[in-house]
Amino acid sequence: MIIANGVTKTYGTECVVDNVTITLPAKGITSIIGPNGAGKSTFLSMVSRLLDMDKGTVTVDGLDVTKAPGDVLARRLSILRQDNHMTARLTVRDLVSFGRYPYSKGRLTIEDKTHIDDAIGYLNLVELEGRYLDELSGGQRQRAFVAMVLCQDTDYVLLDEPLNNLDMKHAMAMMKLLRRAANELGKTVVLVLHDINFASWYSDYIVAMRNGKVAHQGPAEAIIRPDILSDVYDMDIKVHEIGGQRVSLYYE
Amino acid sequence: MRLLLVAIVVTLALAIISLFVGVSDVSLGALLSSSPEDRPMQVLLISRIPRTLAIILSGASMAIAGLVMQMVVRNRFVEPSTAGTTESASLGFLTVTLLAPGWPLMAKMGVAALFAMAGTALFLRILRAVPLRDVLLVPLVGIMLGGIIGAVTAFLAYRYGLMASLLAWSMGDFSGILRGRYELLWIGLACAIAAYIAADRFTVAGMGKDFTTNLGLNYQRVMVLGLVIVSVVSAVVLVSVGSIPFLGLIVPNVVSLMVGDNMRRTVPWVAVMGAGFVLACDILGRVVRAPYEIPISVVVGVIGSMVFLYLLLRTRRHAA
Repeated sequence: MIIANGVTKTYGTECVVDNVTITLPAKGITSIIGPNGAGKSTFLSMVSRLLDMDKGTVTVDGLDVTKAPGDVLARRLSILRQDNHMTARLTVRDLVSFGRYPYSKGRLTIEDKTHIDDAIGYLNLVELEGRYLDELSGGQRQRAFVAMVLCQDTDYVLLDEPLNNLDMKHAMAMMKLLRRAANELGKTVVLVLHDINFASWYSDYIVAMRNGKVAHQGPAEAIIRPDILSDVYDMDIKVHEIGGQRVSLYYE
Repeated sequence: MRLLLVAIVVTLALAIISLFVGVSDVSLGALLSSSPEDRPMQVLLISRIPRTLAIILSGASMAIAGLVMQMVVRNRFVEPSTAGTTESASLGFLTVTLLAPGWPLMAKMGVAALFAMAGTALFLRILRAVPLRDVLLVPLVGIMLGGIIGAVTAFLAYRYGLMASLLAWSMGDFSGILRGRYELLWIGLACAIAAYIAADRFTVAGMGKDFTTNLGLNYQRVMVLGLVIVSVVSAVVLVSVGSIPFLGLIVPNVVSLMVGDNMRRTVPWVAVMGAGFVLACDILGRVVRAPYEIPISVVVGVIGSMVFLYLLLRTRRHAA
């Protein structure tokens, strides 16, 4: 369970995340949605201790993220931000192997190797494992980063826009994989998503943010509703039920 | 792995050649036909072996200092002489020479290392204040900073009549190396070994602050460790040999093209190729105008700047 209490971040006079208090449930997939500039990524960065907060506290299974030792947290929670510029020339396998760093500190055990092989297999990177990251397409690189984070094998997996750069097929495969990780391995997956249909289809719980605050939260079916989505995004959004799934239409 | 062995053998061969190149007649025959007290053996022990060791130690450690710096700054084009580090070490050495001329060399080296740390920290501070989008601007900022610090050093040296000695120690030259005047360089080897032990940390830091934090490492601490290694190596090499420009830049870049950036794999490569490159340049400098010598900083500077230009143009083409 992730508990955020009064989390605040201000840049100059602009309050990007404004006194957010929320409890994200353990297990399953939680998606954070909302318009640009709602503070989703900033909030996720503070939850994952990548960004210092101005006020408030965040605990993950009772561990205060700003006080707990870095390597303890790294075995409990992993985070992948969007737009990762990597200047280091590493192979896909090297990169994924570093996901085991919190456990092995660089001396890989047999068990680590199993995790690495599994992560590479899950993301269909077997043929690419010897390639350097700068030789890959944006989508392939994104999959390699996600493989590294999965290889870290943490209870909590936080991903900011994991579908970035992915085509429909790989986006779908990524969400299915995360769903499997949640169902079969009991992981807690927290995502920032722009595509509300992916959020609707795959999430258990949805948090909608707007202007640095949590506007709405609840189970997916309570949030994917025309009135709530229109309120969050400040536009007309229709929701249709197709084959038992809710699909939002917002193209005109 | 086999390639690395080849590189090691070539470097060892260069080291052996280096032992037998020079004005004084030192050859296997001369060594065997004379007694240990005679000139050939004495030259070998007092001059040639120390010189060859100095070349290997400074070449390997300077190249590794460049590698560490490139990982922690996350820029391919920084090395101690494009980040103000060498110039700061030089200022430190001059300052301590002026204020405490009687101090032992070890203590002077320590002061130079402290200055190098401060100068590099200032460089990193500037980089944080001015987010630079272009990879080439980072070394430019470092070169400008180095220029400013160098100007201060030159001014001080001028005021106190130390211009000649400043020039003498800041220009890399192995011809003055004798037994008893290179041993500080073993500290450089210790730093290189430390870099190898911490190789994984530096690779993680090279992935950026967010990845480092995610993997549970303290980014700041890795930066400081890198800063210490780079500064100590720069100071040690400056004090014993003088500055060897571009070395820390081209060797890690060539190795990166060959085997990537995983430091656990690249450190041995960089060490061997750094030593081999300086050995080759030094032999060249001794042979070209024999019996005179061209200082190592000139030879490495000329060859290094050409390789540097090639690497720069290559990047431009990649970016386009």
